Amino acid sequence: MTMKHKRGEGMRLSPQLRRSLPSYLMIAPYFILFTLFTILPVAASIVLSFTDFNMLEWPEFVGWTNYIRLLVNDDLFVVALKNTLIFAVITGPVSYLMCLLFAWIINEFSGKLRAFLTLIFYAPSICGNAFMIWQIILTGDRYGFLNGVLLKWDIINEAIIWMKTEKYVMPMLIIVQLWLSLGTGFLSFIAGLQTVDKSMYEAGVLDGIKNRWQELWFITLPAMKPQLMFGAVMQITQSFAIADISIQLAGNPSVNYAGSTVVTHLLDYGTVRFEMGYASAIATILFLLMVGTNKIVQKVLRRVGE
Amino acid sequence: MKKLRIFKSHRLNRSVAGNGLLFFLMGIFGVLMALPLVMIVNNALKPLDELFQYPPRLFVRNPTLDNFVDLFVAMNSSWVPFSRYLLNTVIITVGGTAGHVILASLAAYPLSKHRFKGKDTLFNLVVLSMMFSWTVTQIPNYMIISWLGINNTYLALILPACSYGMGLYLMKQFMDQLPNSLMESARLDGAGEFRVYMTIVMPNVKPAWLTLAIFQFQQMWGNTGAMFLRDEELKPLQFALQQIAAGGTARAGASAAVTFIIAAIPITFFLICQSNVLETMTTSGMKE
Repeated sequence: MTMKHKRGEGMRLSPQLRRSLPSYLMIAPYFILFTLFTILPVAASIVLSFTDFNMLEWPEFVGWTNYIRLLVNDDLFVVALKNTLIFAVITGPVSYLMCLLFAWIINEFSGKLRAFLTLIFYAPSICGNAFMIWQIILTGDRYGFLNGVLLKWDIINEAIIWMKTEKYVMPMLIIVQLWLSLGTGFLSFIAGLQTVDKSMYEAGVLDGIKNRWQELWFITLPAMKPQLMFGAVMQITQSFAIADISIQLAGNPSVNYAGSTVVTHLLDYGTVRFEMGYASAIATILFLLMVGTNKIVQKVLRRVGE
Repeated sequence: MKKLRIFKSHRLNRSVAGNGLLFFLMGIFGVLMALPLVMIVNNALKPLDELFQYPPRLFVRNPTLDNFVDLFVAMNSSWVPFSRYLLNTVIITVGGTAGHVILASLAAYPLSKHRFKGKDTLFNLVVLSMMFSWTVTQIPNYMIISWLGINNTYLALILPACSYGMGLYLMKQFMDQLPNSLMESARLDGAGEFRVYMTIVMPNVKPAWLTLAIFQFQQMWGNTGAMFLRDEELKPLQFALQQIAAGGTARAGASAAVTFIIAAIPITFFLICQSNVLETMTTSGMKE
């Protein structure tokens, strides 16, 4: 091919490219910012995970050292990973189903009552540190709400220091996390239910749909599949990244690391010990874990309504 | 036969027993979920002796507005006039929310409805990016913002917010549901792609961008900007309020009022958006 020919092609855009030009123009502003503020930082973090970086001196390349130390020598990471997987396996699916269930129930109501119910159920997510109310409920002396009730009913005979007793830490954190679960997924389901075509319900009756449960499985859920996928991704990012409630309610480090998670471990190295290379390696492992889970979940969701 | 009016009339296949069960469920869980709201409102109205009462009580007995008076006194003694913080918050929140909703939906439309090279890769990048912990990207992020020379400006908060992954993903998922015929007829009338986006696509995914606006507003409103904004004149209300609330025992009353205001603003925005999400239900008859 001659130079001339090439240049001519470059100046007059190929027909395919010209047809796509409006598309590229429309995505350009977002993706320029996205590259700057997301892709580059994530790529930099992955590179840093192969270095020793204390945030003062220039990072030093150390190969796979961080990963080997993390997977072979770090006993606390194993504990954190185990807790994170327990959180993910329990709160992930349960939260997801709660979001769906409550969005669907609320959708059965109408008018002002509906808006009011949406607010009530979304309240824990909008009130900032709403979970701090659990600190009052779980106070360790006999004035704590939970201790008070249990003492009154003679279920226990002395106050339990809930968040400092190893065997109660995880169950309590799971309960608080479930209570917090009606967030992003929940609201997107509420909006998704709005977009289901109403005439499909009437057609469903003619096709022999008998009750609201059949209607849910055969009409509503398949129609809002895109929202179900979105909700699943949000759920994964939330349940694998649980850290805040653990740090606030159980402390970091928690008693005998009973409430430590991968992200509390990461925060420990990233913000307390300033071992940024190591923290980046933890983030990368967590990322791979989420990506793998997402693959499986999306496969399952494709079968909804079949 | 009496029928419960509060349920939607167009719905079919609804048994009374089923309705009863739903009411029961919503009642129990509703009380549990409403707890933080009840606590915040009651604390804001408690006089000091009730705030310090131990064990604490949930409900206020002698409601008073003293806490808000305390807060206004604290506001007036602040270094920078309080209206300045308010202005900063308005710029940052409106910029970050409107910017994200517009840019994300503008990019979501081609990703959902056009065919062009690289679109699957771009979309997957956005979805995957949400799974990377932001704790470790903060430092590279800070370096990029310094390199762009927008450190210590509003843009340091607004521009990154415009490119969050969630908004694009949410908008694209809703646009996937729109039938192609909807856009086709507008194109036959000679409308360009931007016009199709403005007049056909966006009105039909109104519940989606109103919901996104709620999420983003919450994010922006909660941002103290402490990492990027050095000048006191640039800091948002959230920062100033938290400073007052951090005043310890002496500011306990004002602090309760702050908690109330910090929650009340996004709740107000939430209610405005949600009531519009519900309204679209009656008007959108445009679907196939």
